[in-house]
Amino acid sequence: MNWRMNRRLLPLSITILLFISMAAFGAIRYDGFLSPQVFLNLLIDNAFLCVVAVGMTFVILSGGIDLSVGALIALTTMISAALLDAGWNPYVAMALVLVLGAAFGALQGLLIQQFQLAPFIVTLAGMFLARGCCYLISTESIPINDATYAAIAQARIPVGFDSSLTVGALIALAVVLAGMRVAHATEFGRTVYAIGGGESSARLMGLSVASTKVGVYLLSGFCSALGGVVMTFYMLSGYSLHAVGLELDAIAAVVIGGTLLSGGVGYVAGTLFGVLILGIIQTLIAFDGTLSSWWTKIVVGVLLLLFCLLQRLFEARTRKAA
Amino acid sequence: MKGLTQHALFWPATTLVLLLIVCASFNPSFLSLAWRDGHLYGNLVDILNRAAPLMVVSLGMTLVIAVRGLDISVGAVVAIAATVAALMIGGSFSASGNATSEHPLWLALGAALAVAAACGLWNGLLVVKAGMQPIVATLILMVAGRGIAQLLTGGQIITVYYPPFFALGNGYWLGVPVALWIALALWGMLHLALARTALGLFIRAIGGNPEAARVAGIRAASLTLCVYTFCSLAAGVAGLIISSNVKSADANNAGQLLELDAILAVTLGGTALTGGKFSLAGTVIGALIIQTLTSMIYSLGVPPEVNLVVKAALVFAVMLLQSPEFRGLVLRVARGAHS
Repeated sequence: MNWRMNRRLLPLSITILLFISMAAFGAIRYDGFLSPQVFLNLLIDNAFLCVVAVGMTFVILSGGIDLSVGALIALTTMISAALLDAGWNPYVAMALVLVLGAAFGALQGLLIQQFQLAPFIVTLAGMFLARGCCYLISTESIPINDATYAAIAQARIPVGFDSSLTVGALIALAVVLAGMRVAHATEFGRTVYAIGGGESSARLMGLSVASTKVGVYLLSGFCSALGGVVMTFYMLSGYSLHAVGLELDAIAAVVIGGTLLSGGVGYVAGTLFGVLILGIIQTLIAFDGTLSSWWTKIVVGVLLLLFCLLQRLFEARTRKAA
Repeated sequence: MKGLTQHALFWPATTLVLLLIVCASFNPSFLSLAWRDGHLYGNLVDILNRAAPLMVVSLGMTLVIAVRGLDISVGAVVAIAATVAALMIGGSFSASGNATSEHPLWLALGAALAVAAACGLWNGLLVVKAGMQPIVATLILMVAGRGIAQLLTGGQIITVYYPPFFALGNGYWLGVPVALWIALALWGMLHLALARTALGLFIRAIGGNPEAARVAGIRAASLTLCVYTFCSLAAGVAGLIISSNVKSADANNAGQLLELDAILAVTLGGTALTGGKFSLAGTVIGALIIQTLTSMIYSLGVPPEVNLVVKAALVFAVMLLQSPEFRGLVLRVARGAHS
C-alpha cells in the first residue's frame, strides 16, 4: 500500500525536485538569486496564472479542456475597468465580474454536458466570444484610477526576511489551498476524479456526473474571473489583449505539475509547482540577461515533452503492474 | 427534398450561400466579376484568394481529425516554414535592377517544406510511437515551434527582396490567383488519392476504430504518421503563400490562431471531431465561410471588432446543429407546440 502511494506521488515529486534543482542552479550561477524576495516574486508575477491553472486542473482532471480562460481574463479586466470608469463601487464591480465569470463557465459546461459537444470546440467558441466582447467594450486600453484598486495593487504584506507579498499572491495561495481541499476532501472533488477515470463507470456508480461536469466549467470560469481581478490589480488597466495565449501557459503548468491530460490523475499542489517552474524559467532567463525571451518558449516546450514522455512511461508501468 | 437536406454538404453549403446573399443584398456589386489588368477581379476572387492558405491548412487538418487526431501546431509550422524560406531567399536589389536571391528559389522552397514535413513527422512520432494524446503532442511543437522560429529570426521580421518568390501569394495564372491554384491542386490531388484508392477507406476505418482497423490488417501506425506529416507539409505550403503575400516572414505573428480557424473550418464543413467521417469539399466550404464572414464584416462597414463575436455565434450555431441531442430537443419543442 505504502509503495503504491509513492508511485502515485512520483510525478509530483519529480516536479518538486525539478523546481528545487532549477532554484539550486540559479543560486549557484547568479549572485543575488537566492533571496526570499526572488522566490516570492515568482508567486507575485504569476498570481493570475496560478489562480487560472487551479481551475484548469479541475477541468483537466475531469478529462476536459478549457481554452477560454485567457480571453475570459481579458474580458474581466475590461469589464472591471469599464465599470470603475463609470463610477461603480469597486467591491460591487469585483463581485459582479466574479459572478459573470462563473456564469460564463457554467454556460459552457451546460453546452458540453447537455448537448454532448466537444469541450475543445465549445471553449474555443467561448474564447472567440469573450475576446470579441472585449473589443466591443473598447479596442483601446482603459486605465484604472480607482483609489481602492490602486491601494490594493500597491499593498505589500510583509512576511519577514525583508520580503513581502501582494494581495494577488495571497489570493493565489488561498485558491491553491481551497483547490486542494475541494479536490481531496469533498464529494465534488471525488466525483471529478471519478469522471476523469471513466465517465460511464462514474455514472454507473450513481455519482452526479452531469452537475459535476457543469460545476467543473463553472469553477474554471470563476477562477478565470478571479485571475482577471488579480491581473487587474497587477496591471491597473483593462485591455482586450491582456493574457493572450494564457490558456496554453495554464495547460502547460497543469501538465508539468504532473496531471495527466487524459484525466483522473493529478494534484492541485502539483499545479502550483508547475506555475512556479514556468516562473523560474523566466527568472533564470532574466537573471542571465544574454538569453532572449523566446528561449522561455523553447524550454517550456522541452519540459512539456519530458513530462509527457515521463507520464507515458509511468502509465505503461502501471498497466504492467496491474 | 429530404435526401437533399440530409446530404453531408447541405448545411455548410446553405450557410455559405446565405452569407453570400446577405453580402449581395447589402452591396449589389458584391457578386460582380470583372476582367482587369489581365486577371479576374472582384470580391469573390478576393475571398477565394485570401481563403487559400486556410483551405490548404484545413485540408491537412481534415485528414488528421479523420484519424481521431488534432494538430494545434500548424500555426507554429507556418511561422517556421515562412522563416526558413525568407532566410534562405533573403535577396537584394542590385544596381542593375536584377534581383538576386541568397540561395536558388527551388532550394529555399524545398528546404522550407522539408522542415515543415519534419515537424509533422515529429508530431506523428509522438502520437504513434510515444502514444501521447494528439492535442498534447502537438501542443509541444505549438509552444516550442514559435520559439524556434523567433530564435531563427532573432525576433525580427525578415523581409524578402526577390520578386520571383512573390508570385506564390500575389501572382496570377490564367487570370486566377496562383494561391488559389495551389489550394485547388492540393484538393484535387487529395480527392483523387482518397476517392480512387483505398486510402480514404483506410483513413475512415482508422478514425472509426483504430484497433479494429489494425486487426483488419491496415497499417494504422504508419498511415497516421503519414497523415500528421502531410498536415504539417500543408501548413508549410500555407506558410510559403502567406510569407510570399506579405513579402516577409514574421515569426511572432505569422499563422497566429490559424490552428483554431483551421479546426473551425473542418468542423463547419461537417467533419466529426470524433473521427471516421470527413469531407474534403466540406472543409473547403468551411474555409470559405470563415473568409466570407471576415470579408462581409469589412465590406458592410461593420466595425471589425464585431468579427470575433459573429464568429463565436456562428460556431455555437453550427455546433448545436450538428448535435443530435440539440436537434432532438428542437423537434420535441416543435411537436409540443403543435399538439
